[in-house]
Amino acid sequence: MIRTMIALCLFVIVGVGLAAAEELTIAAASDLNFVFREIVTEYEKVSGDQVRLTLGSSGNFFAQIQNGAPFDLYFSADISYPKKLEEAGLAVSGSLYPYAIGRIVLWTGNESHLDLSKGLEVLREPTVKKIAIANPKHAPYGRAAVAAMEHVQVYERVKDKLVLGENISQAAQFVESGAADVGIIALSLALASPMQAAGHYWEIPADAHPRIEQGAVILMGGKNQEGAKAFLSFIQGAQGQAMMKRYGFLAPSPR
Amino acid sequence: MNWIAIAVTFELALLTAAVLLIVGLPIAYWLTFSKWRWKFIVESVVALPLVLPPTVLGFYILVAIGPHSPIGRFYSDVVGHPLPFTFEGLLLASILYSLPFAVQPFAAAFAQVDHRLIEASWTLGVSKLKTFFRLIAPLSMAGLITGAVLSFAHTLGEFGVVLMVGGNIEGETRTVSIDIYDEVQALNYAGAAKTALLLLAVSYGVLLLVYAMNRKVWAVWPQH
Repeated sequence: MIRTMIALCLFVIVGVGLAAAEELTIAAASDLNFVFREIVTEYEKVSGDQVRLTLGSSGNFFAQIQNGAPFDLYFSADISYPKKLEEAGLAVSGSLYPYAIGRIVLWTGNESHLDLSKGLEVLREPTVKKIAIANPKHAPYGRAAVAAMEHVQVYERVKDKLVLGENISQAAQFVESGAADVGIIALSLALASPMQAAGHYWEIPADAHPRIEQGAVILMGGKNQEGAKAFLSFIQGAQGQAMMKRYGFLAPSPR
Repeated sequence: MNWIAIAVTFELALLTAAVLLIVGLPIAYWLTFSKWRWKFIVESVVALPLVLPPTVLGFYILVAIGPHSPIGRFYSDVVGHPLPFTFEGLLLASILYSLPFAVQPFAAAFAQVDHRLIEASWTLGVSKLKTFFRLIAPLSMAGLITGAVLSFAHTLGEFGVVLMVGGNIEGETRTVSIDIYDEVQALNYAGAAKTALLLLAVSYGVLLLVYAMNRKVWAVWPQH
């Protein structure tokens, strides 16, 4: 027992010690959940650097960074957050990079009888009891979902059926698990293999909601600005762009 | 399974229990033996984390140690980096969050010690400190271990506070419960299930230990 405890203690010390080596810490919006796991693995192979990836809602990261969270890079689903950080002097000025335009989709599971080709009107159907979206308070994809529903005037009718995920990945998980009948999620999540296997989607027209302009910045509070620059140029490079495209991200407009 | 998250969680829980063993003893001693009329005010403050929503506690801690508070500024001036979203910040939060889980069993155990023995010791000229270490502490051993073990187990599973002040950074503040949450969002149910099972096994093991140790003395929850 004591030997196990000692072994465990050693393991803890070694484990945490290793993790403290020079690394790149990235905060990324949840719509990047699957694509960034792939990109990070690829980047680690190419560069030999270690990346610590944290996924969450853009608004939460924005608040955390203002409170001193030690991230090197911040990939927001809404470019206004990194812009504000740049203005506040919390991000390296000039490092703002619009990395993608996001799209939203209606998503439902394979066992559902809903006909998604009807578009957002399908939300009015009485069999739809719960609709999963991300929390519009702090998740840009949630705001886009609300805007799209308002655009076709179904929002007032269905707002009592909304269930809010803490971020867009959680909204996707709500509907993937069947807890919600239908969800409005990021195209990038709908294109991920576990989601593709579990259901199907319908792309919400891009003009139904304000453009989801996604932006990244290098942060002043981080410790590895060089690594952050290298990762950004990897994303901008052919390999990074190919992977982003595979997950449905439109190429960013030229600066 | 995410071994880094497991290592971080165990380190956090061990350190929290160790600190609470040191900090909790004088608090519990004072709560047991003080004759102060307004003692219940302090008792309520110590018990507050039991009923306070973890997000509320986490929010206050975040504000208190953030760069906009004097404490937070002082810390980052001295150490060179801000306290929130670091392991140290998480440790501080865990200590506050698990405080009653250590102090209450300690205090309950002290109260069980026969007061005549303590007074006999004092009247024989043994100092209060010596009386504590040679009489009260040995007689309260089961309670002391219970408090340490419960605060360890409570820290293992904390979620709301970690979410608020931790920031989910791998190798630093990503604990097991946050890792399970992440795995579910990544639709990796198998990974989440494995880690969840580990937590279940450890939690049950800890409670087995506590109940076994306190057999015939008192139930796991002090009846006080």
